[in-house]
Amino acid sequence: MKKGSVAKKLSAKYSAGHPFETFMRILSYFKPYKGRVILAGISLVLNVGCTVGGTFMLSVIINDYIMPLATHAAGVTVADFALMTGVMATLYLVGALLHYCYNWIIVNMTTLIQRTIRDQMFERMQKLPIRFFDTHANGDIMSCYTNDTDTLRELMANGVPYLISNGLTVLGIFIAMMVINWLLTLFIVVMLVLMFFIVKYVGGKSGKHFVRQQKEIGVLDGYVEEHIEGMRVVKVFCHEDAEKEAFDAINGKLRFASRKAHTYANILMPILGNLGYINYAITAIAGAFFIATGIEIGGIMNFGNLIAFLQFSRQFSAPIGQMSQQMNSILMALAGAERIFALIDAEPETDEGYVTLVNADEDEEGNLVEAEGFTGKWAWKHFHKANGTTTYVKWKGEVEFEDVTFGYVPEKTVLKHIDLVAEPGQKIALVGSTGAGKTTITNLINRFYDIEDGKIRYDKINIKKIQKPALRRSLGMVLQDTHLFTGTVRENIRYGNLTATDEQVEEAARLANADAFIRHLPDGYDTVISGDGSNLSQGQRQLLSIARAAVANPPVLILDEATSSIDTRTEKLIEKGMDRIMNGRTVFIIAHRLSTVRNADVILVLEHGEIIERGSHDELLAKQGRYYQLYTGAFELE
Amino acid sequence: MSKKKKKKDMNVLGALAGCVGEYKLASVLTSVFVVFEVVLEVFIPIIMSQIIDVGLEEGLSEYTFTLQLGASHTPIFTVHSNTDFIVICGVMMVVMALFSLLFGVLSGKFAAYAATGFGSNVRQKIYYKVQDFSFANLDRFTTAGLVTRLTTDITNVQMSYMMVIRVLVRAPVMLALALGMAISINAELAIVFAVALPVIVVGLIVGIVVVFPRFTKMLKKYDDMNEITQENLIAIRTVKTFVREDHETKKFKKISALVQKLQFSAEKILVIAMPLMQCVAFACIIAVVWFGGNNIIAGDMYYGSFAAFLNYIMQILMSLGMVAMVFVMLVLSRASAGRIAEVFREVPDIADNPSPAAESVADGSVDFENVDFSYSEKSDVLNLEHIDLHVKSGEIVGVIGGTGSAKTTLVQLIPRLYDVDSGAVKVGGVDVRDYRLNTLRDAVAMVLQKNVLFSGTIRDNLKWGNPDATEEQIEHAARAAQAHDFITSFPDGYDTELGQGGVNVSGGQKQRLCIARALLKSPKVMILDDSTSAVDTATDAAIRKGLREEFGSTTVFIIAQRISSVQDADKIIVMNDGKIDAVGTHEELLAGNRIYQDVYYSQQRGSDEAAAVYAEEEVQA
Repeated sequence: MKKGSVAKKLSAKYSAGHPFETFMRILSYFKPYKGRVILAGISLVLNVGCTVGGTFMLSVIINDYIMPLATHAAGVTVADFALMTGVMATLYLVGALLHYCYNWIIVNMTTLIQRTIRDQMFERMQKLPIRFFDTHANGDIMSCYTNDTDTLRELMANGVPYLISNGLTVLGIFIAMMVINWLLTLFIVVMLVLMFFIVKYVGGKSGKHFVRQQKEIGVLDGYVEEHIEGMRVVKVFCHEDAEKEAFDAINGKLRFASRKAHTYANILMPILGNLGYINYAITAIAGAFFIATGIEIGGIMNFGNLIAFLQFSRQFSAPIGQMSQQMNSILMALAGAERIFALIDAEPETDEGYVTLVNADEDEEGNLVEAEGFTGKWAWKHFHKANGTTTYVKWKGEVEFEDVTFGYVPEKTVLKHIDLVAEPGQKIALVGSTGAGKTTITNLINRFYDIEDGKIRYDKINIKKIQKPALRRSLGMVLQDTHLFTGTVRENIRYGNLTATDEQVEEAARLANADAFIRHLPDGYDTVISGDGSNLSQGQRQLLSIARAAVANPPVLILDEATSSIDTRTEKLIEKGMDRIMNGRTVFIIAHRLSTVRNADVILVLEHGEIIERGSHDELLAKQGRYYQLYTGAFELE
Repeated sequence: MSKKKKKKDMNVLGALAGCVGEYKLASVLTSVFVVFEVVLEVFIPIIMSQIIDVGLEEGLSEYTFTLQLGASHTPIFTVHSNTDFIVICGVMMVVMALFSLLFGVLSGKFAAYAATGFGSNVRQKIYYKVQDFSFANLDRFTTAGLVTRLTTDITNVQMSYMMVIRVLVRAPVMLALALGMAISINAELAIVFAVALPVIVVGLIVGIVVVFPRFTKMLKKYDDMNEITQENLIAIRTVKTFVREDHETKKFKKISALVQKLQFSAEKILVIAMPLMQCVAFACIIAVVWFGGNNIIAGDMYYGSFAAFLNYIMQILMSLGMVAMVFVMLVLSRASAGRIAEVFREVPDIADNPSPAAESVADGSVDFENVDFSYSEKSDVLNLEHIDLHVKSGEIVGVIGGTGSAKTTLVQLIPRLYDVDSGAVKVGGVDVRDYRLNTLRDAVAMVLQKNVLFSGTIRDNLKWGNPDATEEQIEHAARAAQAHDFITSFPDGYDTELGQGGVNVSGGQKQRLCIARALLKSPKVMILDDSTSAVDTATDAAIRKGLREEFGSTTVFIIAQRISSVQDADKIIVMNDGKIDAVGTHEELLAGNRIYQDVYYSQQRGSDEAAAVYAEEEVQA
C-alpha cells in the first residue's frame, strides 16, 4: 500500500465533495429505464397509499360499522361490515402486490445499472495511462469495483427508495392523523422534533467514533501487514513477546474506539423506540380524556378514531428513525459514487498518432504493398490528410534516442540527455544498478510514458506520430515481472497473438524451451493457471512469457530481465531458441547477469540516468572502467 | 448438512466461544437487560387497552388495582373515577417506557462492550497464535490471508456476536410474550397466529432453500469477476504491451453480464420476503378486524383489547423478521468464522521444549549427525540427505553450491526453524530440540536471505538484536558490519526513519543493517545467508575482517556465491543436490573437488559460466 493512502482514503471515505451533482449523475443512469422508473414510482406511491388507507379504514370500520352494530343502531348490517372488511383486505392485498412489483423493478434496474457502471469503469481503466496506476494503489482501485459499487447499488435499491417511501408514508400518516385530530397530531410532531435532535446528537457521536474506528483499523492493518510479512525475522530474533505487546496496544485502542462507536449506535434504537411508546402512552391518555370528558378540540374523538390514531402514531415514528439512520449511509454511498465517477472520468491515454504498421510484401516492381497475414516484412503506413494519399515506408527496425531527458515526477530526473542508436538487427544491452534508468528507457520506447525533452525515432519517424497500438504491437516485450492470466497455459501463450494456431503456440513454447515442463503439467497445455500463476515457479513463468512474445512474432524485442529467474543450464538450452527469436530483429536486453548481455553488439552502462560507458564486451573490458569492475566483482549492482 | 460438517461447525463455534473470556458477564447482562426491555415493551399495549376498556367504561365508580401472584390477589389501591384510572394507567405506561428505555440503553452499552471485547480477544488470539507459528506453518498461510482474518473477518464475527446476544435473545422472548398476551386477551382470536406463523416460517425456509444456492453461484462468479479486475490491475503493463485492452474489456463485460443475470435471479426471489411478511401481517389484521369486530358486536370483546391485539400482531411478526435477518447474518459470517478457525486449528510445527536439558548454550560448536530433512511430509524426496557435519566453536564456515543445492535449508536447521526428519542437529553439544527456543535462537543469530527491516528509526531496528543495547554496543556492531559510516552520513544518523520495508536505504545498505542487527545479539553462532550479495567485494572483505576481529569466539556460517567471500574460511562446505559434496579448506577443495574447481576457475577467469552462476544466484536472492 502506498504511503499515506490509508489516511487519504479515510478522509475521502466519509465526505462527498459534491453530493448534489453526484446524486444527479446517479439519476442519469436511470434514463434508459424511463418506463420502469415510472412504473416503480407509481407502484411505490400506490403501495404507500394502500397501506395508509388500509389503516385509515380501520377507524371507519370501527366507527361506522362495528360501533353501530354493537349498539344495535339502525341502518348498518353485518353484510355491510363484511363488505367494508373486504375492501380493506383488497387495499392491503393490492398494496403488498405493488410492493413486490416495485421491488422486482428496482432489483432489475439496479443490477443492470451496477453492471453498466462496472463496465464503464473497466473500459476506462483499460484506457488509462500507466502513470495513473503508479499514483493509485491497486487496493484503492479495486475497492471501487467492490465496496463502492455495492454501496452505490444499496443506495439506489434501498437508500433512496426507502427515503421516498418513508417520506410518503410519513406524509400520508400525517394527513390521516390531521384529519382525525389535529391537536393530538401537533403534540406528536413536537415529540418528533425532540426525537430528531436526539438522533442528530447520538448519530453524530456515533459517526465520529466510527471514523475513529476506521482509522484505528487502518493503523492495525498497516502494522499487521508489515509485521506478518516480517514474521520470519520476528522468529529468528525471538521477538514474539515484543510483537504481542505492541499488537495489544493497537488492538486495545481499536477496541476502545469500536466500543464507543457501537455503544452510540446501539442505544439509538432503544431510545427512539421507547420515546415512541411514551408518545403512545400520552396519546392514549389524552385521547381517553377527550372521549371520557367529551371535549372536542382538534377533532371528534371516539373509539375508532383513537384506535386508528394510536396505530398511526406507532407507524409514524419508525420511518423517521429509519430515515435519520439512512442519511449517514446515503452520504457514505455518495462518497463512494464520487470515487467511482473519478475513475470513469480519469483522463485516458491520448493517442495523436496516425502512422500504423502493416504486414507488407513487394510486388514485381519492388514496390511495397500491404499484405494479409504474416510475411516477415512490415511497412509503416502513412496516411496524408492533406492530399488523401497513403504511402508505405519499409520497416527496418532502427530506434534512435536523441538527447532524451525524462523524470516520472518533475522533481526527479531519471534519464539525462540520453543518446543512443540501435541499428536494424542490432542487439543493444543495458547494464546498471536498480534505479539507473534501464527499464525507463524501454518504457519510453513503447510510450508507457512520454518524454519531456528530446526525441525518440523509430525508422526515422518520431514515435509520437505512430499510433500507440501499432507501436506496441511492433515491440515484443518480455517484462521483468511475468504476469499470467487465469486460464489455460495455451491461452496464456496465445495472449501474444490471438489468432495463433495450436501448432504455432506449441512451436513458440518449444522455442522458449517451455514445451517440456508444460507437458509435465497435469493437463499439459490445457492446465489451468490460477492466481497469477502462483503454482508455477518464477523460472517457468518467465519461459511462458518468452513463449508469449515468440508467438506474437514482433519486429523489435525488448527483454527486461527476461531470463533472470531461469537457471544457467536452462538458459543455455533456450539460447538457440532465443537466437532464432532474435534473428533479424532489433533487440534490447536488460540483464543483471553479464553472460546474458555479453554477446550484444553494443553494451550501454547506465549510472544515475546517464550512459557512462558504451561499446562491445571486449572493448569495455579493455577499457577497465565500470563494466570491468562489475565483471570482476570489484563493484556490485544493487 | 453431513454429520462431519456439523461437527466441524461446532468446533468453529467452540473455538470462538472460548474468546468471550472476561466479557462473559457483560454478555449475560446484555441478554438480561434485553429481556427486561422486551417484557416492559410487551406490557405497555395491555395497559393501554385497560385505559380504553376500563377507563372509558361509563360510570366507573371504583376500581381496585391488585397485585396478582398465583392465586392470591393483594389489593394495592383503589381509584374512584375514570380520570384517576386513566391518569394512573398513563403514568404507569410512561414509567414503564422510561424503564424500558433505560434497560435498552444499558443492554446496548453492554452489548457494545461485550462484542468489541470479544472481537479484540479473537484478534489477539489469532495474532498470538501466528507468533507461535513455525516457518513451516507460515509457509501455509499468505500475509494477505492473515491480514483479512485480522480485520474483515473479525468485524463480521463481532457483528454476529452482537446480533446473537441482543437480537437472538430479544426476538424469541418477544415472540413468546406477545403470543402469550394475545392468547390471554382472546384465545379464539389468537388462532390466526396458528395459521400465520407456519405460513411465514415455511415461506422463509422455502425462500432460503431456493435463494441460497443462487447466491452461492452468484458470489462465485462475483469472485471470478473481481479476480479478472485484480489481474488486470497487476498486469496492466502486459495488457498494454500486447494491446489487449479491448480483449480484456470484452472478457470483463461477458462476466459482468453473467454476474448481473445471476444476481437478479437470486434477488428477485429474495425481495418476495418483505411483501410476503406484509401480506401475512395484513391478513392477520383483516382477520382480527372481522372476527374481533364480530366479538365486539357480540359484546365478548372491547375496543382496547382489540387495539392491543393489533399491536401484538405487529410485535410478533417483527420478531420473526428479526430472527430471519439474524440467520442471514450468521450464514454470511460463517465463512469468516471458518477462516478464523483455520488459524486456531493450525498446530505449531515446532513446540517449545517445556523441560529443557540445558539452560544456556555452552559454546558455538555445531554438529549435524546423519540428518535427513524434507519440507513436505508426504513427499518422499528428501531436501537434505545424510548430512554429517562437525563445526568447532569459533570456526568460520563457508557454504558454496548451486541454486537448489539446499544451502539455506541446511543452515535453517541450526536455529531450529524447521525440525529434522531423522538424525540430530546439536549446538553447543546439545540437541537443538532440548533447548528452549528462546535460549537457542538468542544464541544463534541468522541473517535471512529475504530480510526485512521495519518502519521506525535505524536505532529501533538495530535494537531488535538487543533491546537494552547501549550506544557503544550499537555503534560497535554497526562498525563491524561496515554500516556505521553510511549511517552517520545521513542527516539524522541513527535516528533516520527507515519507512516500511526499509525503503529509504539501498539494497547493500539494508544488508549491512541486517548484519549489524544480528551482531547486537552477541551470538554464539552467526549465520549469513547470502547476506552480502549487494555489497561490493572490498566491503564484503571488511565485514568478514570485522567479524573475525571483533566477534572472534562466534562460529560464523557464510553462504555465498563468490569464492572470494568464503576462501579464507576455516572450512568450506560444497553442497550439491541436498548432499554435502565435500568439506575442506580452500586449498584442499581447489586441489580435489570438481564443483569447487569449476566455480573457482570460472570466477577467476571471469568466464561466462562463472559470471552466470554468480549473477543468477544474486538475482534469486
